[in-house]
Amino acid sequence: MNTQFWVIQAFNGVSYGALLFLVGSGLSLIFGVMRIVNLSHGAYFLWGGYIALSVIAATGSWALSIPVAALAVALIGIAMERLFLRSEGFEYLRNGVIGLGLGVMVALAVTAAWPHFIGGGWAQFGAVTVVAAIAAYFALSRISLVPIDNDVLRQVLLTVGFAFLFQQGALDIWGGNNMDITPPAVLSRSVVIGGIYFPAYRIFMIALAVAIGAVLWLVMERTRMGAAVRATVDDAQMARGVGIDTNRVSMFVFALGAFLAAIGGVTGGAFLGIYPGLDFEMLPLAFAVVIIGGMGSLGGAAIGALAVGLADNFGKALFPEVSYFTLYAPMVLILAIKPTGLFGRE
Amino acid sequence: MTQTMKIVSVAAVLVVLAVIVPHSSSFVVLLTTRAMCFAILAMSVDLLLGFTGLSSMGQAAYFGVGAYLTAILAAKFHFGLGWDFWLVVLMGMAIGAALAALFGLFAIRASGVYFLMITLALGQCVWGLAYRWNSLTGGDNGINVTNRPNFGLDLTNERTFFFLVFAFFAASLILLYILVRSPFGRSLEGIRERELRMQILGYNTWLHKYIAFIIAGAFGGLAGVLWAHTNGLISPETVVLTTSVDSLLMVVLGGAGTLVGAAIGSGIVFALREYLSTLVPWWQYALGGVYVLTILYLPTGLMGFPARLRQIRGASTKNPSKSGDAKKLASAPS
Repeated sequence: MNTQFWVIQAFNGVSYGALLFLVGSGLSLIFGVMRIVNLSHGAYFLWGGYIALSVIAATGSWALSIPVAALAVALIGIAMERLFLRSEGFEYLRNGVIGLGLGVMVALAVTAAWPHFIGGGWAQFGAVTVVAAIAAYFALSRISLVPIDNDVLRQVLLTVGFAFLFQQGALDIWGGNNMDITPPAVLSRSVVIGGIYFPAYRIFMIALAVAIGAVLWLVMERTRMGAAVRATVDDAQMARGVGIDTNRVSMFVFALGAFLAAIGGVTGGAFLGIYPGLDFEMLPLAFAVVIIGGMGSLGGAAIGALAVGLADNFGKALFPEVSYFTLYAPMVLILAIKPTGLFGRE
Repeated sequence: MTQTMKIVSVAAVLVVLAVIVPHSSSFVVLLTTRAMCFAILAMSVDLLLGFTGLSSMGQAAYFGVGAYLTAILAAKFHFGLGWDFWLVVLMGMAIGAALAALFGLFAIRASGVYFLMITLALGQCVWGLAYRWNSLTGGDNGINVTNRPNFGLDLTNERTFFFLVFAFFAASLILLYILVRSPFGRSLEGIRERELRMQILGYNTWLHKYIAFIIAGAFGGLAGVLWAHTNGLISPETVVLTTSVDSLLMVVLGGAGTLVGAAIGSGIVFALREYLSTLVPWWQYALGGVYVLTILYLPTGLMGFPARLRQIRGASTKNPSKSGDAKKLASAPS
């Protein structure tokens, strides 16, 4: 337990915190603006990593994979928010998406039950899907869904349902193997400072999080959209009252949250690996960040991420038997004493 | 249907279950046994969610301590494998209740989404200990419970064991039913509907919720004890967030506020998780789909299905062309 140990552990903790900031800040903003506990946030992280792997496999460019994966996952986030987390609007599209999903399920079931009927042919599979989807669509358009907007528990369970769907989807598309994202050679080296080796990739990780944090801060503090987001976090009803389109704000924030989580997935995939189950591993950590920092506060998310990153690393190194306990117990205490988190506003 | 009719039909279903299942294949017996363990857990969640209005995201914690207690006692001390099994049952309920009493001090203060988050965090605390405290819990590998208790009744026989779990399940159902029909249960429902009004009427709502939380913890512990002997392997997977969330879905799927609904819900979720998964690799689509469709279209659960059907029918006969009216009707409390 010399200086070197402390320096390395602190460095690892800070770089892990940088990753957690990317995942947690989006979750925090989503919670602050929409009061939704989004349990599919881990899936955004995982999908970010997987999509990046596909982009790298197709183009060979690691730098390109970050924006592509982030934008793709942001689109998934927007679709989820628009179609399912609000009950107003997009009825035809929503019924279409659910109908298509049901159609695919029916086709899968038919394939499993009578394999000789479909015989592995895509044409038959597609035909069954289309017929079932159209039937489901018309059935659904006769039933109206029950508004979900103010029901916390139903929103949570809905996002859990999507987390399961995303998990299975990832398994079907990318398989169940543990995969690695290989960063470019420049970042695979180590930097030697005072006789201690620092992996360049982790330095890059910290720099990226700082840069993204700075941009986010500027957006939140200096732009009209940022002001609208802050106003909605403080009091959504009042924000609507003074003419802020909170509907657009929540779409923006959901997209931003998914975007950030996907960047986290791409960059974190290089040292965590990308594997099934990673989504539900990251999720509680992201919640710890959100709760310690305070929901809807960007600065809080930064401090929360740093705290969780350091606590996780030192906990595992110093008292491994209770390391996760030392992570979640403070979370409980903070929630019990100040439910809005250390830096959250009432 | 009158109350007596409902009780009679539930009793009839239970009798049919007890008669038919033991004569089925051993897979069905095992599956039903497992589902009934979770049904006890789901009913404990229902006591909180359906009757008190508290959505607990950490019910796996009490389930977990009950299961780990049984597993540790059995594997390390060979305790609870004879007549002392009944002692373990009591200890499991006691440890679940004690943990809930501790956690409740933190959680009951919070409400709504904060209650959800704090119970999530508490559940993760227990998971963290189970995952990392290698010397006690065996860490990631968990603990194997190789022997089932044998006290005259040989529980290694799947069918005998089924009857034991069935008895516990039926007893829990009856006890919880008596509880929710008692004046105490009525005041819990009052808290669910409008806490402030109950406070004004002079009820100590904190204490009511706290006691309900402890009772739910005790039943969670009981479910865990049974699960340890049903599953045979207790690992951190038992206490993972998904277990808590699944038990919530079981309640919502069956119908929150109806104990029978929780039991039906656990049957369906188990059929998907453990039966469908043996048939097809894509079973998780079905599970996710059930989550999404239940939440969007059937918030009152399967037990509320007849009422919802009437609602939809009524809406479409009155004004078949406009879906806006149907939405209004659907959102109105039934």
